[in-house]
Amino acid sequence: MSANDPVLELQSVDKHFQTTSSFVESVKERIFGEGPKLVRAVDDLDMTLEQNQVQGVIGESGCGKTTLLRTVMGLYDPSGGDIRFQGQSTSEFDKSDWKEFRRKVQIVFQDPFNSLDPKFSVRRTIAEPLEIHNIEYERSDIEEMLEKVGLTPASQYIQQFPNQLSGGEKQRVAIARALITDPEVILADEPSSMLDVSTQASILNLLNDLTTEFGVSMIYISHDLSTVSYVCDEINVMYLGRIVEKAETRKLLSDPKHPYTKALIQSIPIPDPHHERERATIGGEPGDPIDMPEGCRFKTRCPERMDVCDHEPLDVDPDGDGERTVACHLYYDHETTAGQVNEPAGEHTPETPT
Amino acid sequence: MTDPILEFENVDIRYRTEKGNDVYAVNDASFSIDRHDYFGLVGESGCGKSTIADAIVGGLDSNGEVTSGTIRYKGEEIQDYSESEFNENVRWKEISVIPQSSMNSLDPVMKLSNQAVEMAKYHTDLTKTEAVDRLRELFEVVGLSESRIHDYPHQFSGGMQQRAIIAFALYLQPSLIIADEPTTALDVIMQDQIIDYINGLKDEWDISMLMITHDISVVFENCDSMAVMHGGQVAETGSVVDVYDRPRHPYAILLQNAFPDVRFPDRELAVIDGHPPQLRDEVDFCTFADRCPWAQPECREGAPDAQPVAGDDDHQAWCVRADEMEELAADHLEPNADEESILEGQE
Repeated sequence: MSANDPVLELQSVDKHFQTTSSFVESVKERIFGEGPKLVRAVDDLDMTLEQNQVQGVIGESGCGKTTLLRTVMGLYDPSGGDIRFQGQSTSEFDKSDWKEFRRKVQIVFQDPFNSLDPKFSVRRTIAEPLEIHNIEYERSDIEEMLEKVGLTPASQYIQQFPNQLSGGEKQRVAIARALITDPEVILADEPSSMLDVSTQASILNLLNDLTTEFGVSMIYISHDLSTVSYVCDEINVMYLGRIVEKAETRKLLSDPKHPYTKALIQSIPIPDPHHERERATIGGEPGDPIDMPEGCRFKTRCPERMDVCDHEPLDVDPDGDGERTVACHLYYDHETTAGQVNEPAGEHTPETPT
Repeated sequence: MTDPILEFENVDIRYRTEKGNDVYAVNDASFSIDRHDYFGLVGESGCGKSTIADAIVGGLDSNGEVTSGTIRYKGEEIQDYSESEFNENVRWKEISVIPQSSMNSLDPVMKLSNQAVEMAKYHTDLTKTEAVDRLRELFEVVGLSESRIHDYPHQFSGGMQQRAIIAFALYLQPSLIIADEPTTALDVIMQDQIIDYINGLKDEWDISMLMITHDISVVFENCDSMAVMHGGQVAETGSVVDVYDRPRHPYAILLQNAFPDVRFPDRELAVIDGHPPQLRDEVDFCTFADRCPWAQPECREGAPDAQPVAGDDDHQAWCVRADEMEELAADHLEPNADEESILEGQE
């Protein structure tokens, strides 16, 4: 692997869940010749995580963010597509590859109150991954890591138990636990959303510094655009299992293209009583991930809806500089791409390869 | 100036515990809400904001008690009301509550229309049909389809339940609504819509609102005046514009800079070190002193008194150094003077 290869690559990754679990229902489906109903939690998703990069994924609850994270982690087998870690596909992994993968890819959970073992001291919590991976360590290594995540003096924290720590301190311990195995990638699932504002700021600042200091890459998942923008280099906007827009953070915020991205940005309250904000005009709730509309999934809420939205939009680059992709019919000329336009994506129509 | 609808004057609220380690949840809290005003109460978890909401409607846990001070609603002292006095004179009719976990506050085994009938039975002399008709009108106000009034709560999504709750809160035409974190469980777009509805009520319904939240940006956008709380004490009160432009309590200053602002993604967020005290003893000191970069020995020697902020009406800071703050915190007060919002230029 050369130095400039991406650490992690997702190529048209799908994760679908079957909705039927009962015997009777599956027999019924056989008799009536229907396929099982699928929840398309993650559908045909591409993402490239470069070294030292922070990719943000934002979207409303139920858009598939957490499923995406779990699929990347290997907790779910992808239903389709390929996940490549350092150039190697995870489908080819054997047991020792998986163990190595789990050392190099670490996770920080949303809820620090439940993700630490209450019976483990801070020392044991941080030492556990090292013991699992047979890495030799000394007490000073753990103290050094505690200092790096801002738990100083380390000697005071090392013997404490989670119930003696505040929410922010717990999340720092969780971050230290993730960093101790010298990982390549950190997966962060809304790590600051359960914390108070004053603590949230310190965790965001910490994550910001750490990616620079430790040279790790990160996928950062959140529903809150205003915190994502502090941490991420690039932002992926996810809607019902698909990435609808992806661009560099500032570019996405200052010049959003997709109507959904626009609505998300317009919905963020601004902490300034002098600022007059124009409110988003779209309907409030995402559709049902089981019976999704054909074509563009956002069309039922979209203020710009056109006839062509019944076809699945292509991922296009409206600026032509390779720095943004947006999946929306507004941004390309349908005549020049006529051959590529997808047919309405019915259950039985195979998708035209593009 | 109009008469305030709700006044807190030097209110102490204490929770008794069996071992005698009482929790001094709210200490010497004073603020007032004017008629027709939207008032925001901001602070982090455990600062006593929900305790204040509970005290107003007599809903404190059985070990909680207003130990001193007065709570006046429309000029009348209500802190010593009995349960039945609260039921007859205050709850729903005068003050209604949009609770924190509103998704759990509808009766899951009762149709929404029946819940309205029940409320009407206890508080009004409307007949069943009138009660249901009234709910139907309110569903229209909050943007729900009136054909769904006979549904059960589980048939509604989170945002719809929240609207139904707002409809119930308006049911008896109260003068004051207490909204305790009304939108925390909702997604951004839905949150924005609900807040927008709540805002719209002001003109049509002639109500006042006490909005309790940890999200200072919601208060800045939607309220007229506000109070910032820390560790059981009110730190600063004033109109939102005054508190934003001239914060004079260190916590209010730092809190504003700790809050992410999507317009300025490059700004370093302020960090407030430490955490608030446990409030297990009588609070005769400033609870922010241990976290405050400008604390002096004096701050730990007595609870601070309110200092009026010169030049502003009804703007007070409970800090002994409030007069000096402009100089001391100069770096924090103008953090983004030369920054440009990246959202500018968007249509």
